[in-house]
Amino acid sequence: MATPTTYVPGKRSGSPLKMITDPFEKFFSAIYNGIINVVDWIMHPLQDRVGVRGMAYIFVLPNLLIFGIFILLPMLLNFYYAFTGSTELFPQNRPFVGMENLNTLFTCQNFLDPNSCREDLFWRAVFNTLGYVALQVGTMVVLALITALALNAQIVARGFFRSVFFYPVLLSPVVVAVIWRWILQQDGLLNGIIVSLGGERVSFLTNAGWAQTWVIVISVWAQMGFFTLILLAGLQAIPGEFYEAAQIDGASRWQSFWQVTLPLLMPTMVVVLVLALIRAVQVFDQVFPFTGGGPGTATQYLVQYIYQTGFSNQTKEYGLAAAASLVMAMFLLVLTAIQLRMGRRNEAA
Amino acid sequence: MTTVLRFLSNTRGRKRLHITDALTYLYLLLGTVIMFGPVLWLVMSSFKPQAELVRFPPRFLPYRQETVVVEGHDEPLQLFNVTLEDGSVRQLAQVRRIGIEAQMIDPANPDEIIPVNINARTPVESVYIGLENYTEGIARFNFWRYFFNSVVVTVAATLVTLLINSMAAFALSKYEFRGRDAVLLITISTLMVPLSVILIPVFLVITEVGWNNNLLGIIIPAAATPTGVFLLRQYMLTIPDELLDSARIDGASEWRIYLQIILPLARPALAVLAIFSVMWRWNDFLWPLIVLSRSELFTLQVGLNSFQGELQVQWNLILAMTVLTLLPITLVFAFLQRYITSGIATTGMK
Repeated sequence: MATPTTYVPGKRSGSPLKMITDPFEKFFSAIYNGIINVVDWIMHPLQDRVGVRGMAYIFVLPNLLIFGIFILLPMLLNFYYAFTGSTELFPQNRPFVGMENLNTLFTCQNFLDPNSCREDLFWRAVFNTLGYVALQVGTMVVLALITALALNAQIVARGFFRSVFFYPVLLSPVVVAVIWRWILQQDGLLNGIIVSLGGERVSFLTNAGWAQTWVIVISVWAQMGFFTLILLAGLQAIPGEFYEAAQIDGASRWQSFWQVTLPLLMPTMVVVLVLALIRAVQVFDQVFPFTGGGPGTATQYLVQYIYQTGFSNQTKEYGLAAAASLVMAMFLLVLTAIQLRMGRRNEAA
Repeated sequence: MTTVLRFLSNTRGRKRLHITDALTYLYLLLGTVIMFGPVLWLVMSSFKPQAELVRFPPRFLPYRQETVVVEGHDEPLQLFNVTLEDGSVRQLAQVRRIGIEAQMIDPANPDEIIPVNINARTPVESVYIGLENYTEGIARFNFWRYFFNSVVVTVAATLVTLLINSMAAFALSKYEFRGRDAVLLITISTLMVPLSVILIPVFLVITEVGWNNNLLGIIIPAAATPTGVFLLRQYMLTIPDELLDSARIDGASEWRIYLQIILPLARPALAVLAIFSVMWRWNDFLWPLIVLSRSELFTLQVGLNSFQGELQVQWNLILAMTVLTLLPITLVFAFLQRYITSGIATTGMK
């Protein structure tokens, strides 16, 4: 891994800014030195007792503790929840029910028709999620690649354009939802444009097909910049000599894209694809404040099913929610395994 | 004009302008409109008064109707351009409207009432950046409470994350101890475990610890980020061991080495992690939504979500509050843009 580049300010010892910041720097470094001395005074005796090796355990302990309690332990507890029933949160009150929760989820007359399933909401969420994942990731990766190629060309104001495409990534899901709800509402900007071009007003958010489309559009809008930056870094890592060689051999731009750029970008593409897939499977943040899952169940996805089953419904079916989490975890596991395998193949090639 | 053209056709070393260059610029300009336009539209709309917000089709700039204070009337009167029967146009103030007739007066001569058909008048307008939505929104929305909660969560979580992640990374990169490889393996293998997969059990743990409806419940659980540990460890591996050894010979304790040598040298990596942590925490939504149910504990994101989900959508206030919510992170981006983009490019962090 390359080290992140640092911003090194030029030497400006006499600048007025320096004259203002200097006393602050001195002040803070004095405080920092004080902290070091206090910590040292407390920890030195401890080190004398446990030795240098022992200190390593102390350094790793806080992180490990939080990690263990809030990530590892819950991972195990999730299985416990999936195989126990009732609406009790505390494990000691939950009776063991074996496969019942998973059975409830998987009781279907016809797996392709959510209406025939006992937990029809779950299957709607599954199908919605699959559709979303396929379309969102497909669209986004293609657009991110095009954008990265455009940003990698020899253009003026590259930094500006790069920032513009990245900016939406920083916006919170709720902010993104408000921005787009405002644009898409009945009397909003988009309907204004449509009407002034002579069209009819469209109810974007109360029509199932439109709502699903716009959920994909806004998540591509909000996430694309991140993947563009990774792809751009991948493009910039391709040595220029390859292109020169291709040019000498008489390759057109189009040919050198297919013969040079794309094969060499493949490892980065795989990373981008898997990261995008993993994130798409967990879609919730951008959709919930945007459509609330509606109209009807048109934009309800897996995480929202888990959230509602476990937290926001009147009867809290923790077991069912945990079982659904397990199904999702399996899904993510498969994706991660694919990534590892592809990664190894790329290394071998 | 020719200099502009020459500037635009600059190709940084290549000789002629190719058709793909034109396409590239076209794509980038269109992209700029699509990526930045919606935010600009939000900001413009947030300055508009309610009357302008419900206008259809909407206008880009925030307009406000001019008013005039006339003696004998308590409220300021609205100004209109009125086309009179003889075809002349006069600026008149409206006193009241009765059906399709408006009673208008000349501000200079307030006693004489002129009846005008309402279709014969057009409002006198000017661009006006109004802050009323903001002041009213802040009062109604409990903005400072939510803002304070968000700042507490973001700052505390980032400090805790930096501290414990860097301590762990230091141990994992500079010491040989039993179990080190196990710790490292577990850390890496959970890089891909998202919180959304273990929502229920984490909620149980939070409840058992007593952090349900407590800001600690959103600060602590996500602090032990595997990504952060991994990033810092990779960076610390590049710090030469000789530096540590000579400090030990000088009698420095391990904690002094960590605080006085490792942390200052790892500053670039710490900065990247700090920026990401701020971004993650400020925008965090699902987990605070689950943990916080008392409204005085809401973070900005949760508060804004419940505000915009209310039945009576008051767009003018919501828009202003949304702008205030995105402002801090936008300022951070404006100042640290270089760090952020290069940080992502090199680490590929989420």
